Amino acid sequence: MTVAVLDRAADLPARLPPVLRERGQREVFCGLTGIVWLHRKIQDAFFLVVGSRTCAHLLQSAAGVMVFAEPRFATAIIEERDLAGLADANEELDRVVDRLLARRPEIKLLFLVGSCPSEVIKLDLSRAASRLDAKHGETRVLNYSGSGIETTFTQGEDACLAALVPEMPAAAPGAAPSLLVVGALPDVVEDQFRRLFADLGIPAVFTLPPRRAADLPPVGTNTRFLLAQPFLGDTAAALEDRGATHLPALFPFGVDGTTAWLRAAAAAFDIAPDHFDRVVAPGRARAARAIARHRDRLAGKTIFFFPDSQLEVPLARFLANELGMVPVEVATPYLHRAHLAADLAALPAGTQLVEGQDVDRQLDRVRAYRPDLAVCGLGLANPLEAAGIATKWSIELVFTPVHGFDQAGDLAELFARPLDRRDRLAV
Amino acid sequence: MQLTVWTYEGPPHVGAMRVATGMTGVHYVLHAPQGDTYADLLFTMIERRDARPPVTYTTFQARDLGTDTAALLQDAIQDAYDRFQPQALLVGASCTAELIQDDPAGLAKALDLPIPVINLDLPSYQRKENWGAAETFYALVRTLADTTVERSPMAGRRPRANLLGPTALGFRHRDDVTEVTKLLGQLGVDVAVTAPMGASPADLARLGDADFNIVLYPEIADTAARWLEKTFGQPTVRTVPIGHGATSDFVREIAALTGIDAAPLLRSNPSRLPWYSRSVDSTYLTGKRVFIFGDATHAIAAARVAADELGFTVVGLGCYNREFAKPLREAAARCGVEALITDDYLAVEEAIAASACELVLGTQMERHIAKRLRVPCAVISAPVHVQDFPARYSPVMGFEGANVLFDTFVHPLVMGLEEHLLTMFRDDFEFNDAAGASHLPAAEAAAVIVPVAANDIEWTPAAEKELGKIPFFVRGKARRNTEKFASERGLVAIDLDTLYDAKSHYAR
Ligand code: SF4
Ligand code: SF4
Repeated sequence: MTVAVLDRAADLPARLPPVLRERGQREVFCGLTGIVWLHRKIQDAFFLVVGSRTCAHLLQSAAGVMVFAEPRFATAIIEERDLAGLADANEELDRVVDRLLARRPEIKLLFLVGSCPSEVIKLDLSRAASRLDAKHGETRVLNYSGSGIETTFTQGEDACLAALVPEMPAAAPGAAPSLLVVGALPDVVEDQFRRLFADLGIPAVFTLPPRRAADLPPVGTNTRFLLAQPFLGDTAAALEDRGATHLPALFPFGVDGTTAWLRAAAAAFDIAPDHFDRVVAPGRARAARAIARHRDRLAGKTIFFFPDSQLEVPLARFLANELGMVPVEVATPYLHRAHLAADLAALPAGTQLVEGQDVDRQLDRVRAYRPDLAVCGLGLANPLEAAGIATKWSIELVFTPVHGFDQAGDLAELFARPLDRRDRLAV
Repeated sequence: MQLTVWTYEGPPHVGAMRVATGMTGVHYVLHAPQGDTYADLLFTMIERRDARPPVTYTTFQARDLGTDTAALLQDAIQDAYDRFQPQALLVGASCTAELIQDDPAGLAKALDLPIPVINLDLPSYQRKENWGAAETFYALVRTLADTTVERSPMAGRRPRANLLGPTALGFRHRDDVTEVTKLLGQLGVDVAVTAPMGASPADLARLGDADFNIVLYPEIADTAARWLEKTFGQPTVRTVPIGHGATSDFVREIAALTGIDAAPLLRSNPSRLPWYSRSVDSTYLTGKRVFIFGDATHAIAAARVAADELGFTVVGLGCYNREFAKPLREAAARCGVEALITDDYLAVEEAIAASACELVLGTQMERHIAKRLRVPCAVISAPVHVQDFPARYSPVMGFEGANVLFDTFVHPLVMGLEEHLLTMFRDDFEFNDAAGASHLPAAEAAAVIVPVAANDIEWTPAAEKELGKIPFFVRGKARRNTEKFASERGLVAIDLDTLYDAKSHYAR
């Protein structure tokens, strides 16, 4: 079954549904948002946004709760006098970083994160990073852009990981082949995948990002990598530049996706197919059971995706093929055709794809279609609910563990819950 | 550059959004990149609004820079007008657009729309949310108020007042407006216009028709009220009716202004707070150490209620909005404490920890601080979170507001009689003090950050055992105080004497 799904990728060009391109008002976070999950993942890294009060407010609002007194992120807010001249701004930035690192000596990796204001005033954060890196020997200082004029929402993670690639040590020329899993996954999911790869017999498995800055994995021509997320285009390109080979596959959502994804690695490491089948069988069975519980509620229901996390295509594929949902519109901020080839091919024929956004037009369409469920950002959710359309917030899809066999049921449940809730309520 | 972890206020354009979203018939075109659309969720999620804020963002991208951001803005203005058909349009720039200087005012003017178009010049790198709201409201009032209205003499009719300041996303604004409107009705005063909340541009045109203005939220309405005072000769009521005493003052101020006899209303025991405070169960509230932080208006009002109406001791008073530092300093001086004027969250945390307070009255931020320090807390000011928009009617203004404040300040504390019982039974083998007070949720297993540098001070077993006899809800404080006391004296071990010396040292 899985093989069949993979094979369909081959006749992609003929089947690729028409893509509607939209350009208008967007309603999506910028790449700074990724800091909210990245700073939990790399436990000795600090993210310093060089931006405005708006950037600080966005981070605070997106993070939702302020659990930590001093989280490992902050904003250096540009003030009027910093705009007087770039020399002053650079001096100020150095001062802020000095103070920050004096206060947090445990930080081993500092990201200077660019924002719209820092980019518009042409504050060169890559030069600032090398300057500060030389000055603070104990802490590696890197930079990337999370600005809203360059990146949407999950693209911030792509930019961050791409900035790490040049830092990865070179694998020894004759090194044995190794597998690299790319994309920030919750530790629990990462550990599940590690166990599966170990059972399959793949010896050297690394992750990007690592949990600690010092553990950056080696990379070289013998590196094969799997993308855990569909929004990592720049990171993948940077890894390929360093000789690594991408293993194309469905993304690891649901039974099909997870199986195909693992199979791509198994094939690259010459794992015997019957051994592969044996190793994944228990996970597949558990996932299938967990998913089945939600099938009745979701089968036949229509779903509309607003462009947001870039997870839209693989999720639509999972919901359509494994839960019987009917995607009426699948919009995504950016369609990475190569990385999504297998998922696109596995979408039901004729699924309307949209790249980009014009939020007012999309709202017109969603009101016209009246889908059973709309997947959207937090700004749109309550207005849609008030208009009688059940919603699933896309931000949960990046904050909760949803990859792999043992999260497949949870992933289905995220979509079933809003419908379940509607069925229960009698008010 | 200012290093910021959490912020009390958003950028000024968020203040403008609060005004626009509170009103009807107004649309705001904001020249801003896509990420700035996050601000919508403040309204739709935190305040649970069922409609999107009336805001169009241009969401320009890097590739638009230097080519056609101005055209983008102009198209967005025209599209917003065509789609939403507002009675008035606000145009402005967020922090990023401010840097590219596309001249929203000029572009909007060139479109020659048949409605008032108001340009908002909100300097993002100097100012913040409340200032942005005040400036926006002022700009709207100045543009839209009809300066030709002739007010009829007050004699022979009920006096009319404008209620100024409530916005979207304001702390209890919805219920405050209802409560104050009711109170004015009891006095025989009609509300002419409430604005910005609920007002349309047509309503703002009628502002000059009222006999006087009431500034409910000075942070937002003071600038506009000054202009109205000057333009229409309308007196301004500036007493903010939060608490029993302040509400009584407010009623008297209006009575004096209108010639209405307020004595019957004030004699009618309009709130339960005075009696609840005098009833014996409240004895245990005496001298409770309370730390207060918020916007200046709510913090000053809370200090008065805490000190004069509940008998607490105010051990800290501060605000995050520098614009109102002066009245806050005066209030702090009256309480005999130093004013804390800062928007640095870490400085507030430090001050709270150092104050050894028993209750924090603050914002959403202080709720988190208090949770970490394991001090009870109630929220009395913006910024707030979703739980501070309660489903029930819950004003903080007027006489019902005084009742709400009594409950709000007292509920986080252990109940009076219960405090004695806990003390009495603490050695009972069946009694598990870790269970906490019956009306509070089970103690959360939150990581406690106790910032005491105990430079290796040891507790003798006897002292440690004695410490265990102290009720759990003050034990942490007793431990901190004793260790601080010991370290200040260079002691290496804490014995029974140290414990009791420290107790007497910190006794109030
Ligand atoms: S869109 Fe730009 S200005 Fe707005 S929060 Fe994101 S980086 Fe900051
Ligand atoms: S709290 Fe402020 S100052 Fe302190 S006693 Fe008074 S009014 Fe009363």
